[in-house]
Amino acid sequence: MADLSINLACIKSPNPFWLASAPPTNSGYQVQRAFEAGWGGAVWKTLGEPIINTSSRFAAVSFNGQRVAGFNNIELITDRPLEVNLKEIYETKKRFPNHAIIASLMVEPQQDKWHEIVKKVEAVGVDGLELNFGCPHGMAERGMGAASGQVPALVEKQTFWVKEVAQTPVIVKLTPNITDITVTAEAAVQGGADAISMINTINSLAGVDIHSWNTIPHVAGKGAHGGYCGPAVKPIALHMVGECARNPRVNIPISGIGGISNWENAIEFMLMGATGVQVCTAAMHHGFRIVEDMIEGLNNYLDEKGIASVSEIVGKAVPKYSDWGDLDLNYKVVARINNDVCINCNKCHIACEDTSHQCIDMLKDGKGNSILRVREEDCVGCNLCSIVCPVDGAIDLVELPNEFPPMTWNERQAAIGALGCAVDTVK
Amino acid sequence: MSLIRISYEDLSRNFEEVEAGLSNREALEEANRCLYCYDAPCIQACPTGIDVPTFIKKIASGNLKGSAKTIMSANPVGASCSRVCPTEELCEGACVLNHATKPIMIGNLQRYATDWAMKNEKILFSVGEKIGKSVAIVGGGPAGLSAARELALLGYDVTIFEAEEKAGGLNTYGIVSFRLPKAVSYWEVEQVASMDVEIRTNTRVGRDISVKEILDSYDAVLLAIGMAHVPALGIPGEELAGVFDAIEFVKETKTKPITDALLGKKVAVIGAGNTAIDAATCSVRLGAENVKILYRRTLEEMTAYDFEYDFAKQDGVEFRWLTAPNKIIGHEGKVVGIECMKMELGEPREDGRRRPVPIKGSEFTLEVDAVIKAIGQSRYLDLIEAFEIEHDGGVVTINPETFQTTNAKVFACGDVIFGKGQGEAMVVSAAQQGKKSAYSIHQLLMPTMETV
Repeated sequence: MADLSINLACIKSPNPFWLASAPPTNSGYQVQRAFEAGWGGAVWKTLGEPIINTSSRFAAVSFNGQRVAGFNNIELITDRPLEVNLKEIYETKKRFPNHAIIASLMVEPQQDKWHEIVKKVEAVGVDGLELNFGCPHGMAERGMGAASGQVPALVEKQTFWVKEVAQTPVIVKLTPNITDITVTAEAAVQGGADAISMINTINSLAGVDIHSWNTIPHVAGKGAHGGYCGPAVKPIALHMVGECARNPRVNIPISGIGGISNWENAIEFMLMGATGVQVCTAAMHHGFRIVEDMIEGLNNYLDEKGIASVSEIVGKAVPKYSDWGDLDLNYKVVARINNDVCINCNKCHIACEDTSHQCIDMLKDGKGNSILRVREEDCVGCNLCSIVCPVDGAIDLVELPNEFPPMTWNERQAAIGALGCAVDTVK
Repeated sequence: MSLIRISYEDLSRNFEEVEAGLSNREALEEANRCLYCYDAPCIQACPTGIDVPTFIKKIASGNLKGSAKTIMSANPVGASCSRVCPTEELCEGACVLNHATKPIMIGNLQRYATDWAMKNEKILFSVGEKIGKSVAIVGGGPAGLSAARELALLGYDVTIFEAEEKAGGLNTYGIVSFRLPKAVSYWEVEQVASMDVEIRTNTRVGRDISVKEILDSYDAVLLAIGMAHVPALGIPGEELAGVFDAIEFVKETKTKPITDALLGKKVAVIGAGNTAIDAATCSVRLGAENVKILYRRTLEEMTAYDFEYDFAKQDGVEFRWLTAPNKIIGHEGKVVGIECMKMELGEPREDGRRRPVPIKGSEFTLEVDAVIKAIGQSRYLDLIEAFEIEHDGGVVTINPETFQTTNAKVFACGDVIFGKGQGEAMVVSAAQQGKKSAYSIHQLLMPTMETV
């Protein structure tokens, strides 16, 4: 059994799986059920002025009959009084002292308001604070949430105000609705944040009902943009985590959020620099019980790799994540089709023929059986064939021996510069 | 599939379609499982070349009208075929997922899409621009309907001469309703009729209208008359009450109120083709206490599809292999038993099938109340002769490329050309032959127009 416990900026939890600040962490009843199911921590649904929510609120995107490929919400922060939440946080922490409870907070960008709420929540025994600078709808229209998170100076200033009084670690939750997330991450660092978490939801409109022409969801026939999350946003989130993790000026731990649905996703985020992960949509889709497989799968993975502690994998893939200009232009892979495994659906052929480099031929072997073959001299190693192939092991991408030594674009440009060559060598 | 529950109180319930169609969710899941292969083998395996991945993709996208149209444009009797095709030998047998997981339920998806069109009363095709040529089609079964639809699309004035009260042929009258409800066949007929195809029912060519008149009045004629009644067994006792022709027997269950005449009775069915299975399973559903199929050869030589055989066994039908009838025994003009002989298989004959040889002294008698003959079908020899075209024992001679008979303006397809090593027995093959015949007629009458 590997050690699954984590220590994220001095917030300790028995495993890296936290529930994100969201509908699943709206009440003591829910968080306690989650802890019973095995979740290591929970970021309590954002506390602030009790506000009114709309009905309806959620929508999801199905893909090829699969539900909840992506998830969209227009729900705002807690709609329960602060006192009720604080009482339930206290009770929950008392019952589960070893589980992490982080209070998500959002108030108007005023020093006294931040001071007041920080003191109140720390008084009931939270393990940390998470500043919600990410909520993209509703609260943003009142100058909070993403409206704060999109202005680096506000991120820095509000973080600073919190840190003036906070006794517990402060995590700043960042919005992805910005051009370069490392800018706001740096602002959080400047403000004194102990950690950052990302990503909050992405501005979205889940859909339009093609019959009624209403937005999805709609509130009495009107819609507004919401926040997008779930499996579909994972690549976006992973990119942002990676960008922060490899930025030397963002030198604080990261709590990874965004479409994490299983232990494999969690490992990816941790390899890319997250110390722990937060989950919401997967729990909303399937219930808290999914954490059992997350814990077991992670543990089995670590055991099979001979890794004693999950913290050992944090950031291990970060050095491999770089800029396009640092990629070896002389590296070459080509596709090879294993006709023993291939079931002849010809999807690779038509994908290549219509949309890539026309290098997969449909042929007959000596016995008249249909076979597919890659003309390797024309293959650019784009991967498309193996992406559309429905059968594992039918297409391999094989590395070809390198005729030239490795050379990146940056090296190439540097070499040209060193030669003082004025000729434009770019074809 | 579990053993069927036969209702003895309400026999007509037993004739409701056995297999439930896919639910919306089932269809969506299955449609999404389809890989949407390029140059898919299922298309090649379908005699009518239905673009299977395309119609399945359209189910997945919610374009059910488009899906039904894709199916029906390739196969004008595609709704019937979704129920009666031996899919495991055709499209589903060719599915690439046979090599990975399990094949897509193509037949059931085809039924789902066409059921939708039927339920929503969709007319899928419109008539082509009239070109002022006329074609007579003799016989409104799968082959004739299919040809009529294609010719109507091309702009021909098409008249179908149908001897029965309704068109549809085998699909309307010959396939048991619990497999193929006649409403499905009627819908297909309606699709063809909606294209200005005149369907003259209750009109037997040679009786109600002369062959000469047809030959003189139309620019081309298509003979799609199928096959006739079950021939005589050639044994004593065939005239007794309680001896039935399987084709007529099945037809009655589709055209007349279900009776309790066989309730609690013992039935022997002679033959082991798909019609024999139909007769046997109908008998079970009519409340017969015991139904035996007597076949002079063995399981190996049986011509019924495997799924039909399984279906009959699940219905509790008993199979007596290597058993041939000697004579039907009567009492006061009614069947009371059948005397049989055991057979053994001798040397193979020219057709490769081993000849059954009677075992001397093996006679035995089965007590039965009804005997149903299902030993194949005879031919409309007189009608074929009246067209003065070449044939071989009722199997009309054709150019296999064009379906043209020895009379240049007469074409033939479907069961009328099936036999003696020529043609195919499946409904789906008849449909394809109908299409091809239509294109050949078009080629003959309008050689300058583009072919389909």
